[in-house]
Amino acid sequence: MCANKVSSPIDEQVLPSLKAGDRVLISGTIYTARDAAHKRMSEALQKGEDLPFNIKGQTIYYVGPTPAKPGQIIGSAGPTTSGRMDKYTPSLLDRGLKGMIGKGYRSQEVIDSMKKNKAVYFAAIGGSGALIARSIKSMEVIAYEDLGPEAIYKLTVENFPAVVIIDNEGTDWYQVGKEQFKKQADQ
Amino acid sequence: MRTITYKEIVERVSKMCQEANFDLGQDVVEAFQSALKNESSETGKDILEQLILNADIAKSERVPMCQDTGVSVFIVEVGQDCHIAGGSIYNAINEGVKKGYEEGYLRHSIVDHPITREKSKGYNTPSIIHIELVPGDEIVIHMSAKGGGSENMSSLKMLKPSDGLEGIKKYILDTVAMAGPNACPPLVVGVGIGGNFERCAYLAKKSLFRPIGHRSERPELAQLEIELMEEINKLGIGPQGMGGNTTALDVKIEIEPCHIAALPVSVNLNCHASRHKEVRL
Ligand code: SF4
Repeated sequence: MCANKVSSPIDEQVLPSLKAGDRVLISGTIYTARDAAHKRMSEALQKGEDLPFNIKGQTIYYVGPTPAKPGQIIGSAGPTTSGRMDKYTPSLLDRGLKGMIGKGYRSQEVIDSMKKNKAVYFAAIGGSGALIARSIKSMEVIAYEDLGPEAIYKLTVENFPAVVIIDNEGTDWYQVGKEQFKKQADQ
Repeated sequence: MRTITYKEIVERVSKMCQEANFDLGQDVVEAFQSALKNESSETGKDILEQLILNADIAKSERVPMCQDTGVSVFIVEVGQDCHIAGGSIYNAINEGVKKGYEEGYLRHSIVDHPITREKSKGYNTPSIIHIELVPGDEIVIHMSAKGGGSENMSSLKMLKPSDGLEGIKKYILDTVAMAGPNACPPLVVGVGIGGNFERCAYLAKKSLFRPIGHRSERPELAQLEIELMEEINKLGIGPQGMGGNTTALDVKIEIEPCHIAALPVSVNLNCHASRHKEVRL
């Protein structure tokens, strides 16, 4: 597989080089958060409180892993549907979030906010949680521990496979990719 | 009259829940392999290869192939000449699910209250259990670990009889197109036609229990399944919605009689993590 290496936190200088459709391998630090953690972060912001981690330049992975078996770092850990987080996302992008990893469509509001704030949306392969777990090297809970698997965890990842779906110019690979192959099929 | 014990059901269900999540059916793996030969997108091929590798890892390391280990859905054929000793079959199945999911380190993904979202206290229970009474003295348990992503993109519509076959096809294609990447394609598309409102949804679900590649016994439906599969694969959605010609691994259709004024159609999407197991007691 030919894939570009990307490190997280994401350097603002390299962001424009990540184009919709690119296959990438992500290494570095990423944070997990799904529905419940997003709701809490959004409530914290509304109350004027700080987020539980410094979000500038960071990447959030939408995941709710299975419990780790004894001896495992993490259980199966594939992406969940990103759209459920759309409502909360623009406020995080406004505060410096640069990368998101999930699966599925994003709303127009999220895409607009990504263009404005310069951020990138990656998709990991939904349903490949056993394989993805291999690229996760450490896991540490950093906030909302009472949420169990839905808490915010800091993960160290190495060569985490993903594809750039929406780049910082707002190009959406789900549309481009589909059109390309639809045209081929129609010919 | 044959007697089957509560305990036996608990044990068998517990085991099948784990096997469903660890051992992807050979029919699905073969469908990946044949899709890989036909896929023209490089990213699409890459995804199919990763899915084959993922299934291998899950099987050999005894870990779930997907972190969404699903809602456990059962269709149970209960022979009317068999006696279940020691408790209700519903409790036995739920106890088996709880045991299997806890001991197998599978995820607990059920909330008790859909509005307050309060988490259920029984680990990944209650399950969805459909019981069909059949002749004989056996019990056949069909289990599916059904993912939320694909279930969320499923749909049912009461069409008008005048919409006819064209209307049915359009509705199915629109549902798949709308689901796009969210349902984790390549998909298995389950279709129910006829019955009434609730029966139609059940037919679509039931169709998904048929292994990939098994065509309907009714020639006109078998033909329609093949035709729809071709149409769906021309949509361009591809593996994970990233473009390509493998959008569906299969299409299944079940039909039943319906009211003279009705044409219910339902589309139950299943992701590539099409997890089904069967045990015979
Ligand atoms: S839709 Fe299926 S493959 Fe995708 S995350 Fe859900 S269960 Fe897993």
